[in-house]
Amino acid sequence: MQLFTHLGGYYLLLLRTFTKPERYKVFFRRVVEELELIGLGSISIVSILSIFMGAVILIQAANNFSSPWVPAYAEGVAARDSMILEFSPTIVSMVLAGKVGSSIAGQIGTMKVTEQINAMEIMGVNPPNYLILPKVVAAMLFFPFLVILSIFLGVSGGYLATVLTGLVTVENYIYGIQFDYNSFYITYAVVKSIVFAFLITTISSYQGYNTRGGAKEVGASSTKAVVYSCIAILLFDVILTQLMLTPGS
Amino acid sequence: MIEGKGIKKSFGDNQVLVGVDVKLYKGKVNMIIGKSGTGKSVLLKALVGLHDVDEGEVLYNERNYTAMNYKEKKVVRREIGMLFQSGALFDSMTVEQNVLYPLEMFTEMTPVEMQERVDFCLNRVNIKDSNHLFPSEISGGMNKRVAIARAIALNPKYLFCDEPNSGLDPQTSILIDTLIKDITEEFDTTTVVISHDMNSVLEVADFISFVHNGVVWWEGTKDDILKTDNKEVVNFVYASEFMKNLRSARLKGDFF
Repeated sequence: MQLFTHLGGYYLLLLRTFTKPERYKVFFRRVVEELELIGLGSISIVSILSIFMGAVILIQAANNFSSPWVPAYAEGVAARDSMILEFSPTIVSMVLAGKVGSSIAGQIGTMKVTEQINAMEIMGVNPPNYLILPKVVAAMLFFPFLVILSIFLGVSGGYLATVLTGLVTVENYIYGIQFDYNSFYITYAVVKSIVFAFLITTISSYQGYNTRGGAKEVGASSTKAVVYSCIAILLFDVILTQLMLTPGS
Repeated sequence: MIEGKGIKKSFGDNQVLVGVDVKLYKGKVNMIIGKSGTGKSVLLKALVGLHDVDEGEVLYNERNYTAMNYKEKKVVRREIGMLFQSGALFDSMTVEQNVLYPLEMFTEMTPVEMQERVDFCLNRVNIKDSNHLFPSEISGGMNKRVAIARAIALNPKYLFCDEPNSGLDPQTSILIDTLIKDITEEFDTTTVVISHDMNSVLEVADFISFVHNGVVWWEGTKDDILKTDNKEVVNFVYASEFMKNLRSARLKGDFF
């Protein structure tokens, strides 16, 4: 029953969020601020994570593909497809749910319990539109870029591991990452990242916006924001995979 | 004028307001007083629309605020300035940006005009050399004054203050009270102040509504409140030993 109450509340919050901004000039300035906070601020963590994950995928693939029936370039294919299909859009989004989602819920939750949101409401400002919409727009614009960056760095991480460990030859790796390349996978990754950006920002904002109490409750809202965002990401990962990658669906 | 008619508000089984009728007059400091937990803040939030009322209506110059849709309410809200108990300044904005915020959102002023208005409002509340500080870097009294500056930035018709003196020393309290009184007279606002501080009541109140058991139990001026025999009001006003002595002296004819 509580689930339906939350879904209803989430829907109502979205209705208030997606309205015409009061002042476009202020709105665009807010989007730029959020691009910096949500987007640029996440580049370093995404980069570090992607390089290491690419390297780990390559090493694990090389150590496990011991059958003579598996072609020598399979490690490259595995590193590339793992990064494009799952790691970059899904796992990076889950990491961003932790970084961005908790920060959004914490910020909005604090504003809620210190009556800053009430102050906006009394002025005649629509707080969800002013606070949440720029975050959603900024995340939906920047997440695809982060995912593309993550794919590039992940594949580069695999290359580094190839050079440093010698488990796979550079030629086989380069051949592998080019073998049977399907450009639709990039579209699939980008679509997923846009959907996940929407889910992370709106779910976290909802958790923050419904905070009541004090510091402890703000912390709890941040935790819930991360947990529910991750669950939503996994759920929509299944749905999008079925819709986009399953033939005939 | 603001008028509340038969306002009822409950939270679950807890009926906080059980039919409040209240009149708040233009150009006056209207004080809503009462013991803690009697529903003063709930009444204030019902008047400004932060709480939806269960029954009754709120009229702003005879415009039925409770019956308005969200868009219509937004228009009225732009005529309202509010000072929250905590100040509720935007903590990631500087003092100057806090006052600038309503101007940026709702006026067509040029940047120069906005800056002039910000300077005027901050000067009006005696804030100097703190424009670029954050709310966490200024004192509680300054916080309240900046909140007043933000509240008057758009020349409000109605000014609401929720316990403006809470957490302040007596001297700063008097400063804030005097500021609220002066602004009311200067801008001819309908000012509503929630308080349980008798010093404030005696300092600035033009008209007093005493809330008890979820209704407006008593109404009158500050002269009336000192002379009334209403038991609940007497218990509230003369709660301290000092005030009790004052009352007995008055009854003996030594004062007033």
